[in-house]
Amino acid sequence: MSEFAELWPPVRLTLLLASVTTVFLMIVGTPLAWWLARSRNGWKEAVAAVVALPLVLPPTVLGFYLLIALGPNGPGGAVAGLFGGRSLAFTFEGLVIGSVIYSLPFVVQPLRNAFESFGERPLEAAATLRASPWDAFWSVAVPLARPGFITGAVLGFAHTVGEFGVVLMIGGNIPGETKVISVAIYDYVETLQWGHAHALTIGMLIFSFAVIFTTMLVNRRFARVTP
Amino acid sequence: MDVFSFIKHAAAAALALASCVGGAHAGEAKIAVAANFTQAAKEIGEAFEKETGHEAVFSFGATGQLYAQISQGAPFDVLLAADQARPEKAVAEGFAVAGSRFTYAVGKIVLYSTDKFLVTGDKTLRSGGFHNIAIANPVTAPYGATAVDVMKALGVYEALRTKLVRGGNIAQTYQFVATGAAELGFVALSQIATHGKGSRWTVPEDLYSPIAQDAVLLRHGEGNEAAEAFITFLKGAKAHAIIERYGYGAPTEKHE
Repeated sequence: MSEFAELWPPVRLTLLLASVTTVFLMIVGTPLAWWLARSRNGWKEAVAAVVALPLVLPPTVLGFYLLIALGPNGPGGAVAGLFGGRSLAFTFEGLVIGSVIYSLPFVVQPLRNAFESFGERPLEAAATLRASPWDAFWSVAVPLARPGFITGAVLGFAHTVGEFGVVLMIGGNIPGETKVISVAIYDYVETLQWGHAHALTIGMLIFSFAVIFTTMLVNRRFARVTP
Repeated sequence: MDVFSFIKHAAAAALALASCVGGAHAGEAKIAVAANFTQAAKEIGEAFEKETGHEAVFSFGATGQLYAQISQGAPFDVLLAADQARPEKAVAEGFAVAGSRFTYAVGKIVLYSTDKFLVTGDKTLRSGGFHNIAIANPVTAPYGATAVDVMKALGVYEALRTKLVRGGNIAQTYQFVATGAAELGFVALSQIATHGKGSRWTVPEDLYSPIAQDAVLLRHGEGNEAAEAFITFLKGAKAHAIIERYGYGAPTEKHE
């Protein structure tokens, strides 16, 4: 029972962080992916490359710049000042910002693919039926892109759960605020508390398998439904 | 040029390159170093290489992290810890050579801020007029445990608890303070001994027990000439001069 009391807070925090991050990922990622799929702007591939950067950059690079950006001398400090804080580093809000940036490519890429997959036709058809672009987006594009939304949300959520380097660099390892599962496992391994490390690690393994497996099943089902 | 002669030439070039990189030194010692000793170790390493021709290769981390790695067979020859407990444990558990343990430096802890006016003494801690105070992770880093001891001795630990942010080792703790992400933090004197920036309070030594830092020859380094030469060099006057310049107390205690 006491073991549960010790292991649960990082699990709870991680699930909360991943949920909040996923909501913001969808809010930010959807219009971005839509623009990338539809725009004829010559710069859009440059924007796509910037969004994809976290796939390539080591977390230490992101973590280092995030630490400076979220700190009192960066924009994060200015935002924190509005709410009477000093810095967004070492806060839950700071982790959400870092996680959104870090996981964005995992949401934008499947969404963009989904938006591109059905082409202009369905939207043109909607336009001839006098649907406004807004209406067409919600009643035509979103349902057609449903597998992209599911894949993006699942991957964004899962990738946030599995985040380590960035959190380590900007979190400050605060129990209940920034000490997520991956950091807790690192702590347990470094202090040779392998029982606890095993418990969390096995949980992560099962969770990760379930996520990847589910995503594949969903993709297969939709692949069959939409010719 | 046919393929075989190309391979022959390439192999010759690779060998020449390898002898340039590795051959200039008589031997190599892999040394695990507690993060607080980073700067001093680099300087000692240079002096050591100049004098002996051996090469010292350093890996830096929190003492607890390094110990966990050593317990799993990490190929280090020497451990320079930030406490006495881990080297002692390394000997007891058979990872280190019995009788090789000695104190190479006595560390001091400082409350430090990049803000010129923030740190004025223990009253800075009592006032609590800040958002975040950085310490090293007390479980893995001896300097973190000492920082907790200091706050407890001053009776401010409970009050400051919610403001604590923990670096994985004392180097990351210093980075939190140096970037301004945390307003102040407990760092090792050695990290700021060579510059006069910001504001600092050298914690009086009656508030904590001195941080005696022990070194030990690890099993992996037994019979490694370079590792043994490094230990001899570390005990010598040249190394001591460097160690003291970084603000460490001279080692007084000797073990056998």
